Amino acid sequence: MDFLPTVLSLVKIVVVIAYLYGLLWVLGVRVGKKITIGKQSFDISILVNALGALVAFFVVQLALTDFNGFSLLNAFDAGLLYQACTMVMVALGLNLIYGFNGQFSLGQWGFYGIGAYAAADVTYRWTNGDSRGLVVLGSGVVIGMIILVLINKALSNLRRMPVLSSFTLYLIGALFAGFLAVNVGRWVAPFLDPYLGNALGPGPLAEGAALQVVYFLAVVFAGLFAAGISFLFGLPVLSLGSDYFGIATLGFSIVIYTLMVNSDTVLPFPEMKGGRGMIGIPKLTTWAWAFGFMLLVIIIMRNLIRSSTGRTILSVREDEIAARAMGVDVASTKLLAFVAGSLFAGLAGGVYAHYIGFLSPGAFDFLVGFNPLIIIVFGGLGSMTGTIVAAFGWIFFLEGSLRELLGKISTEAPSWRYVLYPLSLLLLMLVRPKGLLNTEWGFLKARLIPLRRTNAQQGGTNHE
Amino acid sequence: MNEAAVEKPVVLQVENLTKFFGGLRAVHDFNLTLRQGDLAGLIGPNGAGKTTAFNLITGIYLPTKGSITFNGINLVGFEPHEITRTGISRTFQNIRLFNDLTVLDNVMVAFHPTSGYSLVDSIFTTSKFQRREKEIVEKAQELLEVMNLSRFQNETARNLPYGEQRRVEIARALACSPQLLLLDEPAAGMNPKEILQLMDMIHFVRERFNLTILLIEHQMRVVMGICEHITVMDFGEVIARGVPREIQENPKVIEAYLGKGAANAA
Repeated sequence: MDFLPTVLSLVKIVVVIAYLYGLLWVLGVRVGKKITIGKQSFDISILVNALGALVAFFVVQLALTDFNGFSLLNAFDAGLLYQACTMVMVALGLNLIYGFNGQFSLGQWGFYGIGAYAAADVTYRWTNGDSRGLVVLGSGVVIGMIILVLINKALSNLRRMPVLSSFTLYLIGALFAGFLAVNVGRWVAPFLDPYLGNALGPGPLAEGAALQVVYFLAVVFAGLFAAGISFLFGLPVLSLGSDYFGIATLGFSIVIYTLMVNSDTVLPFPEMKGGRGMIGIPKLTTWAWAFGFMLLVIIIMRNLIRSSTGRTILSVREDEIAARAMGVDVASTKLLAFVAGSLFAGLAGGVYAHYIGFLSPGAFDFLVGFNPLIIIVFGGLGSMTGTIVAAFGWIFFLEGSLRELLGKISTEAPSWRYVLYPLSLLLLMLVRPKGLLNTEWGFLKARLIPLRRTNAQQGGTNHE
Repeated sequence: MNEAAVEKPVVLQVENLTKFFGGLRAVHDFNLTLRQGDLAGLIGPNGAGKTTAFNLITGIYLPTKGSITFNGINLVGFEPHEITRTGISRTFQNIRLFNDLTVLDNVMVAFHPTSGYSLVDSIFTTSKFQRREKEIVEKAQELLEVMNLSRFQNETARNLPYGEQRRVEIARALACSPQLLLLDEPAAGMNPKEILQLMDMIHFVRERFNLTILLIEHQMRVVMGICEHITVMDFGEVIARGVPREIQENPKVIEAYLGKGAANAA
C-alpha cells in the first residue's frame, strides 16, 4: 500500500495549524510607533497587520496556483480550505451564541441554509438575465432594517411590554418591508435586465468585476437577511430558558429544511428546484473571498468580544440575575449575540453556495447541523482560537486524512469516520473537558487596552 | 454646615409596598424612608420578606401594590437594569459573581451603561473606543485598589477566597456608581474577624462614595454595630422601627426571634 498521500495529508494538518498560528500572530503584532500625516496620527501596527494578512493570503494563493500542471494544493485541498473557512464562520457565530452568551442554539445550520439559498438565488438569477433577485433582497434588507430600527425607537419608551406584542409589531414591519421590496423589484428590474445578457452570452453587468461586486452584495445581503430572520425568531424565543430555546431552534432548523425541500411548490422559487437541489449556481468563491470573509468575521467577533458589549455578553452567560443588577439589558444582549451569530452563519452560507455550485436540502439537514456544535466543543466553548483551529483541523482530518486512510482499507470504510470522531469527542471530553486549546493566540489573546501593573504583579513595593 | 438642623433630602421612599405570590402575602404594607447618607438595617427571621422587599425595590419582582420613589422618580414598572442605571445597586445573599471572568472584568461589566461608546466604535476600534476603554480600565483598577483587591485583578473570580468574593461583589456594585447601595446579608458565612473587617469597610465605602446604604442582616452584632436605623419585619409586616437600642428591648422583636414567652422571661 502507498502511504505517502496519507502522510502528506497529516502533514497538511500540521502546516494548516501552523499557518493559523502565524496568521493570528501577525494580526496581533503591536509595533507601538506612530506616524503623523498632517494632523492625523496613525498607529503603524495596523499597516503591519494588514501587510501580514496580505502575505498570509498570497502564501496560500501561491500554493493553489497551477504551475504547468504542478500545484502544492490540488483542487480537493482548495475545496477543503473553502469548507474550513465557511465552517470557521458558522462555528464562531455559534460559539458567540453558545460559548460566550450561554444560549444553546441548534438553529445555526438553518441560518446557514438561508444565507446559502438567498445568496445563490441572487447570483443564479443575475447570471440568467434576471436582476430581481438582487434588487428585491437588497432593498428588502435595507428597508427592513430601517423599519426595524424605527419600530425599536418607537418601542423604547414603553416599559414591560409583552414580548409577543412587540414581536407582532416587528413582524408586521418586516412583512411590510418585504411587500415594498417586491414592488421596488418590479419597478427597478426592467431597467437593469437589458444589461445582464441573455442565452447568447452575458451582458456587461454579468461578467468580470461587475459580477464579483454582485457576488459580494449577494453574500452580504444574504447574511443580513439571515440576521433579520434571526431577529424576528429570536425576539420571542430567547425569552424562553436556555434548554427550551435549544429545542425551539431545533424546530427552526427543521422548518427551514422543510421549506427548502418544498421551495419550488410551497415557496415561489421554482429555480431552487425543491428536494432535487438547486444547480447552476455560478462558482464565484475564490480563496480571496473565502479568506476575506473569514477574516472579516474573525475581526468583528474579536472586537465585539473585547468591547464593553462583549463583557455584557459574557456576564449574561455567567449569571443573568447579577448581570441585570449591574445594569445589563439581558434581553437585548441575548438578541444581539444571536443576531450577530446568525449573521456570520448567513455569510458563511453565501460563501459555501458559490463554492459548491449545487445546493441540496440534504446539506442543511439538522443532523449535519451538529457539526459546528461538535467543532466548538472540540475547540472549547468560549475560545475563538479553539474554534478556528478545530474547524480547520476537523475538515482536514475528517474529510482529508481519515477519508484517505480509511479509503485504503476498502471503499466502504470511510463511513467509519462517523464512528471514530464521536469516540474521539468522548475521549476529549474525558481528558480535556474545556476543549482542545484552552488559550487564545496572538490577535485574539491581547486585551485591547494594556493593564496598569499592580504592586503584587511587579513583586515589589514600588508604585508605578 | 449645621447638619443637625438641616433635614437631609429623602433618597428612597417606599410606601404601602405589597407583594402577593398567589395567595401568599410575602410583603404587606411595607413603608421605608431613607435619607441621604443613612445606614439602615432591615432584619427579621427567615421568611419574613426581607429579600422580597429588596427584589421589589430592585425591580426583579413587580409589586402588587404600592410605590417606590427614588429621588422623585417612581420606579414601579422599571426593568432591573433601568433601576440600576438610576442609581440603585445591590449585592446578593448567595454571592453572584461572574465566576469565569477575571476580577477586573467583573468590575468592568458594571461600567457598561456608562461606557460612552457604541458597538460600531468597538468593531472599528476607533480612537473614541480606545480612549473610553482606557478610562474604564483605569476606573476599575482604581476601585479594586480602594477595595484592596488589586493583586487579584487577573484572577478568575471563582478562585478567590470567600471574603474576597464578597469584596469583589461590593466593588462591582460600586462600579455602577450608585447613590443607594443595597447589601443582602453581606456577613453571611463570615468568621468574626472577617465580620469586623466588613463593618469597617461598610463605613469606609459610605464615606468615600457618599452613599446611602440599606442592608439585610442576620448577624445581630453587625446590625447593632453599624446600623443607625433598624426596621424589623416578620411575616411580611413591619413590626418595629427605631435605633438599635430600642429594637433590642422591643418585646415584639424578641418574640419574633425567640418565640412567645421569651419576651416575658427576658
